[in-house]
Amino acid sequence: MSELSVNHLLGIKYLKEEDIQLIFETADHFKEVINRPIKKVPSLRDITIANMFFENSTRTKLSFELAEKRLSADVVNFSASQSSVAKGETLIDTVNNILSMKVDMVVMRHPNPGAGVFLSKHVDASIINAGDGTHEHPTQALLDSYSIRERLGDVAGKNVVIVGDILHSRVALSNIFALKLQGANVKVCGPKTLMPKYITSLGVEVETDLRAALEWCDVANMLRVQNERMDISYFPSTREYTQLFGVNKKILDSLDKEIIIMHPGPINRGVEITSDVADSKQAIILNQVENGVAIRMAVIYLLASKIKQ
Amino acid sequence: MSQKVLLSSKEIHIILHRLACQLIENHLDFKNTVLIGIQPRGVHLAERLSKILAEDYNVNDVNLGYLDITFFRDDFRRGEKPLEANKTNINFLVENKKVVFIDDVLYTGRSIRAALTAIQSFGRPAEIELLTLIDRRFSRHLPIQPDYRGRQVDAINQEKVKVLWKENDGEDVVYLINN
Repeated sequence: MSELSVNHLLGIKYLKEEDIQLIFETADHFKEVINRPIKKVPSLRDITIANMFFENSTRTKLSFELAEKRLSADVVNFSASQSSVAKGETLIDTVNNILSMKVDMVVMRHPNPGAGVFLSKHVDASIINAGDGTHEHPTQALLDSYSIRERLGDVAGKNVVIVGDILHSRVALSNIFALKLQGANVKVCGPKTLMPKYITSLGVEVETDLRAALEWCDVANMLRVQNERMDISYFPSTREYTQLFGVNKKILDSLDKEIIIMHPGPINRGVEITSDVADSKQAIILNQVENGVAIRMAVIYLLASKIKQ
Repeated sequence: MSQKVLLSSKEIHIILHRLACQLIENHLDFKNTVLIGIQPRGVHLAERLSKILAEDYNVNDVNLGYLDITFFRDDFRRGEKPLEANKTNINFLVENKKVVFIDDVLYTGRSIRAALTAIQSFGRPAEIELLTLIDRRFSRHLPIQPDYRGRQVDAINQEKVKVLWKENDGEDVVYLINN
């Protein structure tokens, strides 16, 4: 095992392909660990990690916290709504106050793109980006690729389509970077109104016909329609969106192959995918959640090994 | 750098058979005993002993597992190089079993300390024994001693004991290397 080329995990675009492979190999070991009767190892017992969530989260926060605790790190949790941020404190002041309490690593989710990069330049701690606005969500992309690798053996050469709200999705952007870096072919599919103008410059093709996209792909990564980020109407109605871009059992059964269905969660059942698809054998949504803990353990472990004593 | 042969292939052959016989004397049918090779170098010794038990002494179906101790070591973030993990493969229960740890060289005892913690993740063994091919006397940092030893060696700290296995390195031989 060698070393990561970075001291922070701010986004997939800062990683090299070897970094991703190293994270995957380390995650393989941690996956075995979390399937033991006792799922804890003592590696990080001298490391303290602050989880700073300036935006709501369920699974990412839980997954990070579990990963940290299974590595025996000390964990402090912070949520913006119950903090001095509500009183007008700046991000740097908030984080520096927490770091004065001898915190070694910060896992941060923030509504503003670039918050993690900004913080990494101003504080002396290892930063992990747990989602920054519409920018990146690197650990989600890593666990998505890891889940594809687990199911199909390799990511290189596979056809992956990302379906839905590409415009507002940090998951889509990080996934595109991660998949392209590993040699996968990537298409995005969704309403034109939800496609960023620059998207083709990232080396992905745009498809507006869901059926054509599904016929082409090995894996369909279905994104949630992010109603909370939509300040205007991007499509006429949810019903119309579902008819054009929702995946149901009927369309899957009509394909001449069995594709894999992924979803980063939370699912709007009956909108992006129907319940019978979400609960089918083709869906690896719960595998993604399980792999998330192993991937986050690997990332934290590898970054912690670079923190000087 | 100079190197001296500590054990030749023939000597290793004799020692392995003696160790196998000692294991049989203490454990008889191995129904309640499991062998655990400590990753990475103890695995070859464990496999070899398991093979001798089966082929030469007709003791079959001995449970053999591999235990990686990387995440349980006490030198994380202390060395120059990052720690390299190996595969753990224990597909049987160790709860209430007699566990025999198998490693090639016993030096400071820190690896075995880590293994003692790591095995607890798989259950609570009834007892744990330690088998080692080479016991480097006078080098211990912790109060750990082997129950079965192939050869006891007095080596000063700059010296290194290197165990080579036919399957991996082309020959069975143990060297004492002086840097």
